[in-house]
Amino acid sequence: MNALIVSAVLGVVMMFSGILLKQKTAVRNVAIAGILLLLIVNLLEMNGITLFKIDTHGMLLFDHFALLFNAVVFAAVLLYFLLSSAEMEKVGVNYAEYFALIFFILCGVTLVTSFKSLLILFLGIEIISIPLYILTGSDKRNLKSNEASLKYFLLGTFSTGLMLMGIALLYGARGTFSTAVSPMVTATPNFLLLGGMSLLLFSMAFKVSAAPFHFWTPDVYDGAPTVFTSFMATIVKVVAFAGFVRLFDDAFEAQQAQWRIWVAVITAVTLFIGNITAVFQQSVKRMLAYSSIAQAGFMLFALYAMNADGKEGLLLYTAAYCIATIGIFAVLARMSDYTFDGFNGLSRGEPLVAGALTVFLLSLAGIPLTAGFMAKFYMLKAALATPGSSWLVVFAVLMAAVSVYYYFRVIQAMYFKAPGETVQPSFPAFFKWMLGILAVLVILLGLFPELLLGRLYF
Amino acid sequence: MPIFSYIVLSIALFSIGIVGVLTRRNAIIIFMSIELMLNAVNLMLVAFSKMHQNAAILAGDVSGTAGMDGQLFVFFIMVVAAAEVSVGLAIIVMMYRNIHSVDVNFLNRLKH
Repeated sequence: MNALIVSAVLGVVMMFSGILLKQKTAVRNVAIAGILLLLIVNLLEMNGITLFKIDTHGMLLFDHFALLFNAVVFAAVLLYFLLSSAEMEKVGVNYAEYFALIFFILCGVTLVTSFKSLLILFLGIEIISIPLYILTGSDKRNLKSNEASLKYFLLGTFSTGLMLMGIALLYGARGTFSTAVSPMVTATPNFLLLGGMSLLLFSMAFKVSAAPFHFWTPDVYDGAPTVFTSFMATIVKVVAFAGFVRLFDDAFEAQQAQWRIWVAVITAVTLFIGNITAVFQQSVKRMLAYSSIAQAGFMLFALYAMNADGKEGLLLYTAAYCIATIGIFAVLARMSDYTFDGFNGLSRGEPLVAGALTVFLLSLAGIPLTAGFMAKFYMLKAALATPGSSWLVVFAVLMAAVSVYYYFRVIQAMYFKAPGETVQPSFPAFFKWMLGILAVLVILLGLFPELLLGRLYF
Repeated sequence: MPIFSYIVLSIALFSIGIVGVLTRRNAIIIFMSIELMLNAVNLMLVAFSKMHQNAAILAGDVSGTAGMDGQLFVFFIMVVAAAEVSVGLAIIVMMYRNIHSVDVNFLNRLKH
């Protein structure tokens, strides 16, 4: 509850700071202080200190998983602000408003991670989506940005329509929007219930960009300004996953036999399409878009397994994937050339940046000693608890091996190729140290995942 | 029970909306079709709301407040749809200023 209210207030504060503060560094400092405040009030609530006592009539439940997930997301946004907020200045003139929109998105994030009613799920998803349409199109003169935002908007509202139909059918079957239904009511599957469930499955698969509903992802991620692509590909995606898992855990526990096979098929197709298409990309930005689809395939294992291990895995995956991807995008946003050749010989001029980038890429590929390896390990371990899922796990491991190819192409370009004629960007010292800290975090989480997961149980 | 007619009507409207989104090329008309889908959902929610209310009254609930949440949901959908319209039309206007067209066939530059 703390984070929900504070994030909404901070959004308004940022809007006013755009009017009152003339200097961009001042606006940025307000935003960084704001996200720190948000993280602190969320940690306070984890330790039992609630600033606002509001009766939500069972529509919201801030359980331990939701609070810890929020804390991870807010920490990721803090790192994102520290690394990339300077890049936002280049997008357009409305600097403070970008931060305001991001704080409003965080308000939606707290709703999606803690809903107990389908109404709150719908509101949360919309509060996340509408500011995102604006951020995608924020580069107003750029035709690609316009196109990306129109495409995202039309497909996003379309999937919202499907989701609402699903909610309406479920309401017809159950007579309530609450996801905490007693198993007695839901024992008999009928066409309203099954239709509503499949529509919700489709629309949530669309939001997390799982195949075959992924087709919008590469275009939108490619067209949006790179700083905001970074935000969409990390924070928004993992939060949609948290909502997805929470929805199916609460509302459709009794129907697990019906949806599990569909989730298995979606997982396999997502892993296949994401990894295979990423191999053929020439632009690193587009490769990362497909890689985010491939990583979504791994996160779907949390949904497939639907047990305590899966939830731990999702939490660890969130941290590992967000840190690594935010780091890579922060470097990419400063590059002048987005192709693989743009990274040629980066290790000679900037050894620290190239080293950190290597750690991030290794983590995404799932090489041991990095957080990405532990996250993938937890996911597959969770899936193996389900009988008859070994084919899916073997397939996932094979696909992870494919992913090594395209991640290593960047590493190869940085270390083993001569610098091209394109001017290498210069990185400020603070930026380099932040990247170094991120790399240390990735390795630390890979060696001691209990540091994060241990917080889940007390 | 006439609830079946309501379900058929709103599913028909919803399908018209889906077909509109998939076949039309004008961004405004696609947008209109999406609104049609949302309104089909509204109709279905109100019909189900009355159905649950009647069922509760028959079961002996005299307060008559059962099923009200379905109608409340409709208001939320209307408010969110209004917010979406304002953002969506702004995006369409922004695109029109740049390419002087609202045809979504122009949206293929990102493929290359």
